[in-house]
Amino acid sequence: MNIKRSSSLMLRHFYLIRSSFPRIFDLIYWPTVQIILWGFVSKFFTMYSDYFNNVAGVILSAAILYDFLFRSSISYNMLFLEEIWSRNIINLFVSPLRISEIIFALTSSALIRTMIGLVPAALIAIPLFGISIFELGIPLILLLFSLYLFGVTLGLLVTAGLVRFGPSFENVAWASLFFIAPLGCIYYPVEILPSWVQPIALGLPLAHIFEETRNILVNQSVNFTNIYYAIFLNLIYLTIAISIFYKSFASAKRNGSLINIGE
Amino acid sequence: MNIIEVKNLEKKFKTIDAVKKINFTINQNQTLALLGPNGCGKTTTIGMLLGLITPTSGQIFINEQELNYKDHQFLNIMNFASPYVELPKKLTVLENLKIYGRMYLIKNLKEKVEQLIEDLNLKTFLNKKTGELSSGQKNRVSLAKSLINDPKILLLDEPTASLDPDTGDYVRSYLEKYKKDKDISILLASHNMSEVTRLSDYVLMMKEGQIIDHGKANDLINKHGRENLEQVFLKLVREKNEY
Repeated sequence: MNIKRSSSLMLRHFYLIRSSFPRIFDLIYWPTVQIILWGFVSKFFTMYSDYFNNVAGVILSAAILYDFLFRSSISYNMLFLEEIWSRNIINLFVSPLRISEIIFALTSSALIRTMIGLVPAALIAIPLFGISIFELGIPLILLLFSLYLFGVTLGLLVTAGLVRFGPSFENVAWASLFFIAPLGCIYYPVEILPSWVQPIALGLPLAHIFEETRNILVNQSVNFTNIYYAIFLNLIYLTIAISIFYKSFASAKRNGSLINIGE
Repeated sequence: MNIIEVKNLEKKFKTIDAVKKINFTINQNQTLALLGPNGCGKTTTIGMLLGLITPTSGQIFINEQELNYKDHQFLNIMNFASPYVELPKKLTVLENLKIYGRMYLIKNLKEKVEQLIEDLNLKTFLNKKTGELSSGQKNRVSLAKSLINDPKILLLDEPTASLDPDTGDYVRSYLEKYKKDKDISILLASHNMSEVTRLSDYVLMMKEGQIIDHGKANDLINKHGRENLEQVFLKLVREKNEY
């Protein structure tokens, strides 16, 4: 893998974002709106619920982390869709860019796009609601890392679908996270789910990530088992997703869909 | 010397035989034109040469080395331009050239880009967004992108489609000069018969996935007793299958 070659694709997306205020605004706007919305919901619960002392912190932190996941996955898909929409995709495939370099470029660019959205939203929550996700401390890095891995995994799977089935797969890109959100136990514990659904939810890294987020915020202690388990599951899913991504490329080359993908 | 050698190349899509065991070679400093009606297998053949489509059977040799579809190194000496493939519209011409220069790991990229700007007369719209350019300007930028890596093999799919006669002539003249100066090989797919007659050294006529005739443009015209290549084309594609 050649970092310089891969960085050319990152540079392409940097130029795109830099040249378009609506794109920068879009990256920042949605996470900020999400945080403000959930901030008020959390405030309402704080005033009228005695379930948690710090219910606002729990809900708002979960909202910020979920948005980080959502952004990282959608960013990944958007970067690939931008190439299809601009009819540039064939130019990339006929260049010496390797698949691993495309994956690296999309993964790195998606992180930058996600951080552009997350950082302002997380900072706004501090003065507005007195809640900081940075209170999660060092484990926050591991939780974000784990969420990012899962976002990239979903992004890879959707992109594999785009390569194999073309732009018609675009709707799945938008819906993918909504399908998985109920099983992710973002705002509630796993026990809330019907008993037969719980093993499925526990098979996803999300349930462990959000379980641990609540644990840190409510009990002020860190259970690293949850974090390690989430990372372990993530690595398994990521490996599967990379393998599917490679296979979808090979399949698209066999059935000729790669040459028509931009049309 | 053969730059490209295609042996018994075949591509089947489920029940459709898109390309049926074709053979041809492209020599150094030769322009080979692929002619044929829509759906005759030209795009599939180009796709296989560029590694975008995996052949069902057969072999492709680039510089006497068999094309390995898992290793993209052969793409370092090739490039491709088509009016149907565009560069990112929101990026400026200069940004696009820089990006593709990095992608092909071009040394002295600044000098290379400056040379292309000079050669293809891009200076006046260098900082304009590519999507805001006219068809002729876009075509020149696309050509600049396809020459960024000094390709030994250039694949062109209808390079002057939708261009006015003046711009079309400019592009053809530039390609003629570039080929002569750089000693490169060109594979040209086009429906413009006068363009093919002017640019090509050799013509392959394709129909229903097969090569039905081949030769120099003037030889084909004489062989079929016609006045120009367009008439040869019409005769061959309307003939009943006798091949």
